[in-house]
Amino acid sequence: MTEQTRQTQVQAMSDTTIRVRQSLKKRYAREKRFRLFGMIAIIASLTFLAVLIISITIRGLPAFKQTFINLDVTLDAQTLGVDETADENALRRANYNGAIRNSLLELFPDVSSRKEKRALYSFVSKGGQYDLQAQVMADPALIGQTVNVWLPVGDDTSGYLRGHIDTTLPEKKRRFKDNQIAWVEELRSNGQIETRFNSTFFSRGDSREPELAGIKGSLFGSLLTLLVTLTLSFPIAVATAIYLEEFAPKNRWTDIIEVNINNLAAVPSIVFGLLGLAIFINFFQLPRSAPIVGGLVLSLMTLPTIIISARAALKSVPPSIRDAALGLGASRLQVVFHHVLPLAMPGILTGTIIGMAQALGETAPLLMIGMVAFIVDVPTTLTDPATVLPVQIFQWADLPEKGFVEKTSAAIMVLLGFLILMNATAVFLRRKFERKW
Amino acid sequence: MTAKRSFFTAAIATALVCTAITATAQSARDQISIVGSSTVFPFATVVAERFGQTTSFKTPKIESTGSGGGMKLFCSGVGVQYPDITNSSRRIKKGEFENCAANGVTDIIEVLIGFDGITLANSVEADILEISRKDIFLALAKEVPNPDGGDELVENPYQQWSEVNPDLPDIDIEVIGPPPTSGTRDAFVELAMEGGCSAIESIAALEDTDEDKFKAVCHTVREDGAFIEAGENDNLIVQKLESNRDALGIFGFSFLEQNSDIVQPSLIDGFEPTFESIADGSYPVSRPLYFYVKKAHIGVIPGIDDYLLEFTSEGAWGEDGYLADKGMIPLDDDIRTESAASIAAFETMTMD
Repeated sequence: MTEQTRQTQVQAMSDTTIRVRQSLKKRYAREKRFRLFGMIAIIASLTFLAVLIISITIRGLPAFKQTFINLDVTLDAQTLGVDETADENALRRANYNGAIRNSLLELFPDVSSRKEKRALYSFVSKGGQYDLQAQVMADPALIGQTVNVWLPVGDDTSGYLRGHIDTTLPEKKRRFKDNQIAWVEELRSNGQIETRFNSTFFSRGDSREPELAGIKGSLFGSLLTLLVTLTLSFPIAVATAIYLEEFAPKNRWTDIIEVNINNLAAVPSIVFGLLGLAIFINFFQLPRSAPIVGGLVLSLMTLPTIIISARAALKSVPPSIRDAALGLGASRLQVVFHHVLPLAMPGILTGTIIGMAQALGETAPLLMIGMVAFIVDVPTTLTDPATVLPVQIFQWADLPEKGFVEKTSAAIMVLLGFLILMNATAVFLRRKFERKW
Repeated sequence: MTAKRSFFTAAIATALVCTAITATAQSARDQISIVGSSTVFPFATVVAERFGQTTSFKTPKIESTGSGGGMKLFCSGVGVQYPDITNSSRRIKKGEFENCAANGVTDIIEVLIGFDGITLANSVEADILEISRKDIFLALAKEVPNPDGGDELVENPYQQWSEVNPDLPDIDIEVIGPPPTSGTRDAFVELAMEGGCSAIESIAALEDTDEDKFKAVCHTVREDGAFIEAGENDNLIVQKLESNRDALGIFGFSFLEQNSDIVQPSLIDGFEPTFESIADGSYPVSRPLYFYVKKAHIGVIPGIDDYLLEFTSEGAWGEDGYLADKGMIPLDDDIRTESAASIAAFETMTMD
């Protein structure tokens, strides 16, 4: 061991140290870069989400308000074409629109040409006549009297009052003309125009007039459909999971079943729609467009999701629990239902709620079984024709009237609200009941 | 043994449940069921809604399945599980009529309700385009006659409108339209492109000699990016035109009416698409709208006859009716009166 060899040793060591130090720098830089990319990814996705939610909210918020016009409508028997002795059917068909038009003409007596009249008539929504109809049918004695009513305004007028119409454009290119603006402003200064909360949106079914369209029909359709889905898929899926996980022998058959369940979870949903059409409608002759068929199809779709998550939840219960229960003399059934299942429940419920949320947002399979339809009446039973929220959004987005733009966004807000609520419940259940081992 | 036995018990139980489902299945239906064209859908729904409000019957249920899909459902048979009415944006085809008859649907009432114009439009900020159907064909077809002369067909070389016709502006050809699954696309191709095709002698000659080739040449839209498929949603096309003033869009007349502050129609063969020009047939790109009724269901499903009356009343399909307010182009006065009478008598159609 001479001084020289020692020195070379130190030299060599410091060489390695330098190399290590250098590579260390690189490794730190690499980690920093990776973290940076992660941050960028998260910020980008949050930005997209924020833009989406903000744009939908800005567009959808006006839909929760509705504008009304105040009119004194004279319900004289001559205009209506019926008198108070008329039967129900005649009352239903009476010319309420004529009465409304007369009252508009009274307000603006100098309107005479056909074109001007049409422009004036468009102030009141086509639904106004149905409001009057309902009043008169409830009390036929109103015929012959003058009633003071607040009626919803028409689509274009509502667009103008909300500032959706660019008044700087030349008149020819506007749907709302100069004379209409003058009339509306006159009504507004007389206090005959008022904006209120839009209860129609939550109390009516679909309509072809944007100011009358509501989501109650599709909301009820969604609820009925999900009810069927939940009552069918939850017990079947949990029973399947328990059997496969706790009782079934491990052999080739159960392997095949397991592979198939995993594959089914990845099958495109339209396939379930075709299956539903062939089996439930064509073979079992169940009615088209009914929530029961929708629910059956969606349960087929959600079953694999729930089975997989339920099996995972059961698997995560430690074997010591089972062994302890068996050791104390419990039967296998008692082990499962007294100990394993309660402990696995939070996980199973989370999986179920996520499966339900998926089903709530589904449209493709419903297309095949006739639930993509225009349905005005609010469904009350499982066999009534119904549609669901996402289908309603899709249909409104496709209509030409401008008023449906805000309705579409408002319906999206309601749907998102439900999805957030369901996912929040899932998170809450997990937090509250989950046990860590 | 026990496993086998419990498997069989389970199988029998499942079979019982299925039988129970069948037993509770529908018996009667008290609501009219309508299927068919997405073009007629916005009009039929208005009538249905009004019908539901002004009569004691339930509001009909209307599915938007497309003309072909609706016809298939409609022709499946007679009975409550099959639809009563189908809407169509074209006349029933011979094959469909025969298919109907084969399934027992023999008595069909045909109702021509009006017309729908198909418009070519651009942003209001751009200049109005005056274009002929021949220009449309040359700009959008996949194969066109060689511009250097001769009758042979070559891959479409035109990149700018001014190359197609020197009177048109110097902007890139960019047309946003519906995909091939759409009825609007079918009608546009048939009426605008085939119309332009026939104006070119060398191709028009094909119609007599080789009809398949003629159709293939006239109906095939170029795929090199000048024609952009925007999906079935017409509102989307209008929005795209708003943000791109050089582009042209293809959509239905009712969307033009509703968006007159954003888009303006191009003149085709010198005609602007207006109510009048489509009604009298001078605007060349418009298509008839129909619906078909199963006569065997009248009197079985309550309300079909009243629905027919409502649809064919002056207040609905007349010149000042509410369907016209929604953008449907009404028929001529005489035709309306005549067909309303024959429909009220439930006269069935024949196919020649």
